[in-house]
Amino acid sequence: MAVIKIEHLSKSFGRNQVLKDVNFQVEKGEVVCLIGSSGSGKSTLLRCINLLEMPSGGQIIYKGENILDEKHNIQEYRTHLGMVFQQFNLFNNHNVLNNCTVGQVKVLKRSKAEAEKIALKYLHIVGMDQYVNAKPRQLSGGQKQRVAIARALSMNPDVMLFDEPTSALDPEMVGEVLKVMRQLADGGNTMLIVTHEMEFAKEVADRVVFMDKGVIVEEGPPSQVLINPQHERTKEFLKRTLK
Amino acid sequence: MSLEWIISIVENNWQMFLRGAYYTLLISIISTIIGALIGFFIGIMHTIKVRKKGVKYYSLKIINFILTCYVEFFRGTPMIVQAMVVFFGLDMAFGIDMHFITAGILVVSLNTGAYMAEIVRGGIVSIDKGQYEAASAIGMNHFQIMLNVVLPQVARNVLPATGNQLIMNIKDTAVLNVIGVTELFFQTKSIAGNNFRYFESFFVACVMYFIMTFTASRILLYVERRLDGPDAYQKEQKEAI
Ligand SMILES: Nc1ncnc2c1ncn2[C@@H]1O[C@H](COP(=O)(O)OP(=O)(O)OP(=O)(O)O)[C@@H](O)[C@H]1O
Ligand SMILES: [Mg+2]
Repeated sequence: MAVIKIEHLSKSFGRNQVLKDVNFQVEKGEVVCLIGSSGSGKSTLLRCINLLEMPSGGQIIYKGENILDEKHNIQEYRTHLGMVFQQFNLFNNHNVLNNCTVGQVKVLKRSKAEAEKIALKYLHIVGMDQYVNAKPRQLSGGQKQRVAIARALSMNPDVMLFDEPTSALDPEMVGEVLKVMRQLADGGNTMLIVTHEMEFAKEVADRVVFMDKGVIVEEGPPSQVLINPQHERTKEFLKRTLK
Repeated sequence: MSLEWIISIVENNWQMFLRGAYYTLLISIISTIIGALIGFFIGIMHTIKVRKKGVKYYSLKIINFILTCYVEFFRGTPMIVQAMVVFFGLDMAFGIDMHFITAGILVVSLNTGAYMAEIVRGGIVSIDKGQYEAASAIGMNHFQIMLNVVLPQVARNVLPATGNQLIMNIKDTAVLNVIGVTELFFQTKSIAGNNFRYFESFFVACVMYFIMTFTASRILLYVERRLDGPDAYQKEQKEAI
């Protein structure tokens, strides 16, 4: 069953149309990697899905309902999507533990004790439970990103969205974050990942989606899209990125 | 000899000096706090974004225009003149006979608020928009984001500027002597008026002002350091579950 289904999605910034009639869906438990060259609209698509950008047209179907309908509560919908940003965006005024509890307490109305228990569980999974009292500025990039993943997981979302989670990291820290993501993928989490890490996509993705100039050009299992692409544009892109 | 005079002035008038210093500190501290709150209020009003139509938009525009007039007026006129206008003006126009301490706090607060408004607005604008987006992404509404994520960071960022305002206020409350506030300058003037030792009396006041401002700046620096904590984090070994 599709967790999220996108139909005829379009997005323009002024006269610049960034997404054109995008259709795709993410199934429950599926790991989808979104690839494409810079400026092709990958981030915009992800940001449209959780409404950080308002789509110009189309539908986003969640649990059978179009959440772009006026009556839908955007805040409530967003709690079902976990977002991990390229720049981590940990709350600078909160320590590691509170980064993972503030949303649970304020938005999901969980008790502080319950929120802390859940937060600690996910901090343990990402290997950051020894840093509960640290402030973001005391952490390395890789550590920040792992906390950001725990923060998103603490809300128990139905699907995790990652926007180039390793692109802002020093090379030696990329591994620790990918390891956590691999673990999540193996654990049956539903994930939509924008990435430039082709090896990683090959390993963990159930499906790879290649985007170019605001349209989905090709999608399918990694063995097809990444190893034996059908479209000229996909071949070109892979040739450019793999060398 | 000056030094002997200074000692005898302190011995004979220490209570008046202290009472003056007390009012100076009282007015400065209360006014800085109220001024900071005014600054936060205006800073928040100036950074609210609403869609460019409807009653909400135009009400906000009108309120912000009035707030801007207030800011410009209080930044563009001398505090000593503001003190006179507020103290005598309110009495004349509305028959409000304010206690001079209240008038003093009112003037200094309004003055501080005008300066803090711009500082807070800048503080809000300078917060990385990723902070706002991350909070939106976990489902917080605008109010929750401001309260739990943005404003605490703004408060930390404007703390040095607020401390600076406090120090300015400790010095600038001296102008309130024109409306009869018995702060340190006023008291010193009376003391000197009695003993005719102007230099020695004001030398004592000078030292007292410096002690107050210097202590304030050290305390603020300490608070800032405490809030920030160390640069490196000592991880907790026993925390693992
Ligand atoms: N807020 C915005 N305002 C105007 N134009 C924007 C905005 N955000 C993105 N764009 C434009 O939309 C296009 C797609 O941007 P997007 O960030 O989605 O690309 P991307 O595929 O994520 O690229 P990258 O790999 O570099 O992250 C670009 O041409 C960009 O200039
Ligand atoms: Mg991007």
